[in-house]
Amino acid sequence: MIHYSGNVSIQLNVNREIHEVVVMPQDTLLRVMREKIGYTGPKAGCENGDCGACTVLMDGKPVKACLMLAVEAVGKEVLTVEGLEDTEIQKAFISEGGFQCGFCTAGFLMNAFALLETNPDADEAEKKDWLSANLCRCTGYEGIEKALTLAQKRIQEKNNNKR
Amino acid sequence: MNTKDGIGTSLTRKESLDKVSGRVIYGGDNMTPQMLYAAQKTSPHAHAKIIKIDTEKAKGMKGIKAIFTGDDYKDNLGLYLCDKPPVARNVVRHYGEVVAAVVADTYANATAAADAIAVEYEVMKPILSPLEALSDDAYTIHEEMGSYSHIKPIHPEPGTNVANRTKIRKGNPTEAFKSAHVTIETFVEIPPGDHVAMEPRVAIAEIKKTGYVHILSSTQAPFVVKGLMHQFFGIDQGKIIVKAPLIGGGFGGKAGIQLEGLAYLLSQKVGGRPVKLVNTREEDLTGSPGHIGLQAKIKIAADAEGKIMGMDMDYYFNSGAYADYAVNVSRAAAISCTGPYYVPNIRCDSMCVYTNMPFATAYRGFGHIEMSFAVERAMDELANALKMDPLELRIKNGIKPHDTTPVQSVLNESTGDIIKCFEEVGAMLGGDIGATQQLENNTVRVKGVTGLWKAPAMPTNTDAGAILTFNSDGSCNLNTGVVEIGQGTKTGLAQIVSERLGIPVDKVHVVMEVDTSVSPSDWATAASRGLMMAGMATLEACEDAENQIKEIASAVLRVPKRDLKVDGERVFVPDEPKIGLNLSEVVLGYVYPNGNAIYGQVIGSGKYIAKHLTDLDPETGEGHPDLEWTLGAEGVEIEVNLNTGKYKILKAVCCIDVGKVISPALARGQIVGGMAMGMGYTTMEGFTFNDRGQVTNGVLRDYKIMRYGDEPEYQVKFLETPQQDGPYGARGLGEQSVIGMPGAIANALSRAVGKGMNQIPLTPEKVWKTSMEVKR
Repeated sequence: MIHYSGNVSIQLNVNREIHEVVVMPQDTLLRVMREKIGYTGPKAGCENGDCGACTVLMDGKPVKACLMLAVEAVGKEVLTVEGLEDTEIQKAFISEGGFQCGFCTAGFLMNAFALLETNPDADEAEKKDWLSANLCRCTGYEGIEKALTLAQKRIQEKNNNKR
Repeated sequence: MNTKDGIGTSLTRKESLDKVSGRVIYGGDNMTPQMLYAAQKTSPHAHAKIIKIDTEKAKGMKGIKAIFTGDDYKDNLGLYLCDKPPVARNVVRHYGEVVAAVVADTYANATAAADAIAVEYEVMKPILSPLEALSDDAYTIHEEMGSYSHIKPIHPEPGTNVANRTKIRKGNPTEAFKSAHVTIETFVEIPPGDHVAMEPRVAIAEIKKTGYVHILSSTQAPFVVKGLMHQFFGIDQGKIIVKAPLIGGGFGGKAGIQLEGLAYLLSQKVGGRPVKLVNTREEDLTGSPGHIGLQAKIKIAADAEGKIMGMDMDYYFNSGAYADYAVNVSRAAAISCTGPYYVPNIRCDSMCVYTNMPFATAYRGFGHIEMSFAVERAMDELANALKMDPLELRIKNGIKPHDTTPVQSVLNESTGDIIKCFEEVGAMLGGDIGATQQLENNTVRVKGVTGLWKAPAMPTNTDAGAILTFNSDGSCNLNTGVVEIGQGTKTGLAQIVSERLGIPVDKVHVVMEVDTSVSPSDWATAASRGLMMAGMATLEACEDAENQIKEIASAVLRVPKRDLKVDGERVFVPDEPKIGLNLSEVVLGYVYPNGNAIYGQVIGSGKYIAKHLTDLDPETGEGHPDLEWTLGAEGVEIEVNLNTGKYKILKAVCCIDVGKVISPALARGQIVGGMAMGMGYTTMEGFTFNDRGQVTNGVLRDYKIMRYGDEPEYQVKFLETPQQDGPYGARGLGEQSVIGMPGAIANALSRAVGKGMNQIPLTPEKVWKTSMEVKR
């Protein structure tokens, strides 16, 4: 078990770059990313694990960055929305109206991206299981559902072409 | 027009790529090394005297720059009625009320110090409903009401808990009820709740040595903030600079004034340094204002054919502890108190009543969602009493052009076609609205319908403006005061420019941030009036720019102005198109081959102000406060298991007459989003309280809103009866679809259980209980 106390210098791998930061052990990953590294894509919607706006991937799995300590991310690969580049889910969110105000979008994108990476053939129940971890207040979820369906279709087509 | 991007095309939002890449900078994303951070301490009690606030320990803690309590500022703040100290002074009037604020070098240090502040309270009994607040033995929540300043159109009643009363008197309702064939009476209740915009409110304030006050805020109303900062603190209007970046959802909760006043006072306490004040989610839910609650008694008189003869209504709006926007919400509900039905005889008292609950501000629908729930439950009761199809009853009474509204203004031809809306909704639901379809396992399938209407509730001089400047490539920049809160108005306005001037929308650049020192004045991004009013201003700016372009071209081409046309990024003679110039050659002035130049930059400007609006007569409500009416109808189909009370909304439908659809995808987004909000409001939301008035669901884990997978199938239809004074015939549509959902869902569930379901939220538990009662 690693013990931390007082200010500690740690290395965080965020979006494929190593960032050296000084943190307190109680600092959350969300606040360290936003305030010390400069990734403001993940949002503080509740800082209580309820809204999912801060969702990032840690070694490919979605986690709520407001419920993780920065020191827990040492040695892991963290991916934020700023690290997504031209993905199917981003394109589908734009074309299908997956957002309005955009505040929840980073969290939804990361969660949906991870779902399609983990199981591109996820059925409706599994999609609901994953995406009900995030809250959106603008869209009524119609655009998000359509975006997920479209991105999934495109990914499945790509995978079929590879076979 | 030679562009594919004009009116009626679905374009992606201008800011799309930044939004899916985490590159939009919202208010809370702003951080500078100079910044100080604030934290708030809130009351755990709903009603208490503040005996003592001990800040000694907190003062000595690390990084603390200032502590602010009620004694630090002697005056009240308030949007329409100045009833609220920036933080509680001597008394706490609602759970979650801010009692102290701390400024420190870091947010962590600020919160640690806020925790260390010790407040001694003498807890008192709270008032927890409007009717309780109006009872004879109720104490007065605002003893000093008589001394509060307020705007003229509201009518506080000092010595009582009534912060405003709007009276509607039309025709002779007493006579109508006497001669009616049938009368019904119903009572409904809605708890206060919250907008739950995903972005908690934020304000950053800085006072420069020159006296300029810079405020960056998650506000829907930067110009209102500017005006009120002048009014409250005496700052010169020209020295107040309010910036509104893109906002993470508003829904009315970020209109008016929110955290800006306190942020300014905190900055003042630390020598003007920038202070960042961000609500935690819990503070956003119960410290800052939420949506209003309601108790309402409503009676309808009708003849044997189902024609409504009169309505008698008392709306008791639950303002909570402070008035904020609530005094105008109750007034707006009075203006449209009958719902979208023609009623010749009316008595209505719409009251804004103080209680010891979290206070209320504007919320999508602005009094209409609450009013509509009461009216539409009553309409279904009336249909039951008349043994009439609920849709037929509504069609029979739907309001039409030339009818008078409750405030006796006459609807004009620009008013939408509600009869057609009802018919479309009936068709989308497969007709037979009053039927109950029995399925296996004590499960039933039921439908419910409602009508809806709304006019913007706003000052009589509500304005908008637009400035259009040009770049050397012939592209243009549109600057308006409309805030981008997720609704997409900026993209819609770009489409209007594209349509009007024939410039591809990619070359119409919009200024996303609003800055009151450079953006043209715009009352507020509220009341569903942004596209209509800023749209008209934008059209005028286009016309101005076009005129200037023609003037330059006229000189260069030696052609009269009237023979020129602007389209396809050119100015030219239509019947000899070779005679012309590219816009890029003229918009920064024309340069002759020898270097001589004329004219300079094309700068188009346009403005709009509401016309012919008046306030209401205080005794009868007569007046013309209603600029334009958007009408529509909604419905749901629900499957209910009567053994468990669990139900699923299978389908939610809406037909709405929006005048003209500028962007189908954006318009549908607003309608569907509003329907979802209305469904959450009706089925699961609202604050819960214990008998001490403490909110027991003041965190998002307990305050439920709809999640992914809860959504039904949405069906949306648009009608286009043109708004003759709107841009290309368009009128407002941002709020309307929220309005009809509570009534539609409640009407369907009432049918399922065989008894009126009149208390929101309509949880499965309530459905089950009511169903059990009816069985016995």
